[in-house]
Amino acid sequence: MLDQKKYTFSIILLFLAVIITALVNISLGSVNIPVTEVTASLLGLDVEKETWNYIIINYRLPKAITAIITGSGLAVSGLLMQTLFRNPLAGPYVLGLSSGASLGVAVVFMGASIFGASFAAILLSKWSLVIASSLGSLIVLFAVILASIRLRDTMAILIIGLMFASLTAAIVSVLAYFSPASQLQQYVFWSYGSLGDLSWEEVFILGIFWIMGLLISIGSIKNLNSLLLGEQYARSLGTNIKKNRFAIIIATSLLAGSITAFAGPIAFIGLAVPHLVRQIIPSANHITLVPAVIFGGAILMLFCDIIAQLPGSEHSLPINAITSLIGAPVVIWLLVRKRKFNF
Amino acid sequence: MKAEISNTVLKTLNLSIGYRKKNVVNNVASDINIEIKPGELVAVIGVNGAGKSTLLKTLSGITQPIDGEVFINELKLSKTEPDKLAKQISLVLTEQNISKNLSVIELVALGRQPYTNWIGSLTRKDLKKIMNAIQLVNIENIKNKKCNELSDGQFQKVLIARALAQETSMIILDEPTTHLDLYHKAYVLKLLQNLSKETNKAIIFASHEINLALQLCDKLVIIKDKKALSGTPAELIQSDALDDLFPEHLIHFDKKTSSFKIK
Repeated sequence: MLDQKKYTFSIILLFLAVIITALVNISLGSVNIPVTEVTASLLGLDVEKETWNYIIINYRLPKAITAIITGSGLAVSGLLMQTLFRNPLAGPYVLGLSSGASLGVAVVFMGASIFGASFAAILLSKWSLVIASSLGSLIVLFAVILASIRLRDTMAILIIGLMFASLTAAIVSVLAYFSPASQLQQYVFWSYGSLGDLSWEEVFILGIFWIMGLLISIGSIKNLNSLLLGEQYARSLGTNIKKNRFAIIIATSLLAGSITAFAGPIAFIGLAVPHLVRQIIPSANHITLVPAVIFGGAILMLFCDIIAQLPGSEHSLPINAITSLIGAPVVIWLLVRKRKFNF
Repeated sequence: MKAEISNTVLKTLNLSIGYRKKNVVNNVASDINIEIKPGELVAVIGVNGAGKSTLLKTLSGITQPIDGEVFINELKLSKTEPDKLAKQISLVLTEQNISKNLSVIELVALGRQPYTNWIGSLTRKDLKKIMNAIQLVNIENIKNKKCNELSDGQFQKVLIARALAQETSMIILDEPTTHLDLYHKAYVLKLLQNLSKETNKAIIFASHEINLALQLCDKLVIIKDKKALSGTPAELIQSDALDDLFPEHLIHFDKKTSSFKIK
């Protein structure tokens, strides 16, 4: 009777689309491998050429998994932010979470040289990168939340998010000014965003953060739904507002922070995917939205990655640029065509 | 004595309401003693800024009282956890921050949250309660519409249905008739009257519609000069409590017709 059942089919279709896009994503690249061979390799069967198997297992598969984690994680954190702030413009990038994460990463990359060599060894381990980045986004998010409690005006929250973005950018420039070229270069490359540079170990670390973030998000579904009525109603329905807000902040910081640490600051996905999904599945219920946004984010990121690696050529483009190049026109087109904003 | 208490849904004991800003206490009204029984429809009236909303917010636990205590079905309000309170009081607020992307039935279904499991899935019993609430306010014909397609009057009915689905012994409404035309004002208040009798719930609302409230309510709570007076409309008219509610140079209370008239 309620719409959830009606949308179960759409969610299953989205899930199948994730698998198909992932297979296509793995098959295309500087060397194109037939999809049938990709499937065979993934299932552990014999593959025509041993090099294909090697490419898939060591390069393409971790990259595809990273794309799935990045897309779904950013999209879910966008959804959480939009519901928590009851603002359609909220998202990890807009609210300055990605900038906070960037600051954390900048401190790790460039601060290492400033604070001395003994620090460098500790700072440059992969875990510290994630933790610094998550902490960075956590700090910005806390500041935004504090401001939002005092201001109670959703437009002001966005402005504060933007202010934090420029503030952190300024601190990063100061750090950059004082750091040696090699480390600066490392940071600049990171800031373009990349899905393909992760080893299996790094994918594993990222995956742990991703699963923790998603589990907290799924656990918050009921409370997220009550927030659709506004905080006072949510409280009257028995929702513990403070605990719930804390859970959402932690989930968002884990997701946006860890993803930004490994894949760089990726714009657009977090803001846009929830809106794109709402166009396909016009529901406000998070039982439907959370899985749909997870799959939708994964599909969009895999698709953007297919474009970014320019199939058949040796070159690839920064993923950060592609997500906006493809996504922004799609959102504009959808909104203009529908003339209505389902939020 | 005990039987009398258990027949009371809401009782306040020397309640003082207001708000604290840093260390300054701003007292809005004090010594409020109200008692509301099941099935009663009660209007809270007073001029703008008299403290109607503050009283309702205090009764619903959103705002802490300055002094005194509120009892809901013998439970101390200040000692009741939000999840327990959610089964005692449901709200209809003026807050306009509700997602209009919800369908009518989804919004009403949110009223079942205090009873659902960790992820909020609805059982057959929940669905029955939801349909029952929808029937009570007569919105079956719009139940699959999105809230952004509704008129203000329809949306108000949906919010009332949501409060009914929450299955509480008391419903508190903050100005349910604002933004409505005269017909819909009367319609909503008449609906509240019917609901209080049919479901035996205590319904308390703040309103500026004094003339309608005098005709429909079992009890009125008048907030005036930092005091709250309560009684049946007849009692209040008898004791001249309504006469100086507004500055008298413009509006006066006409006892013959039991309504306010322009001079």
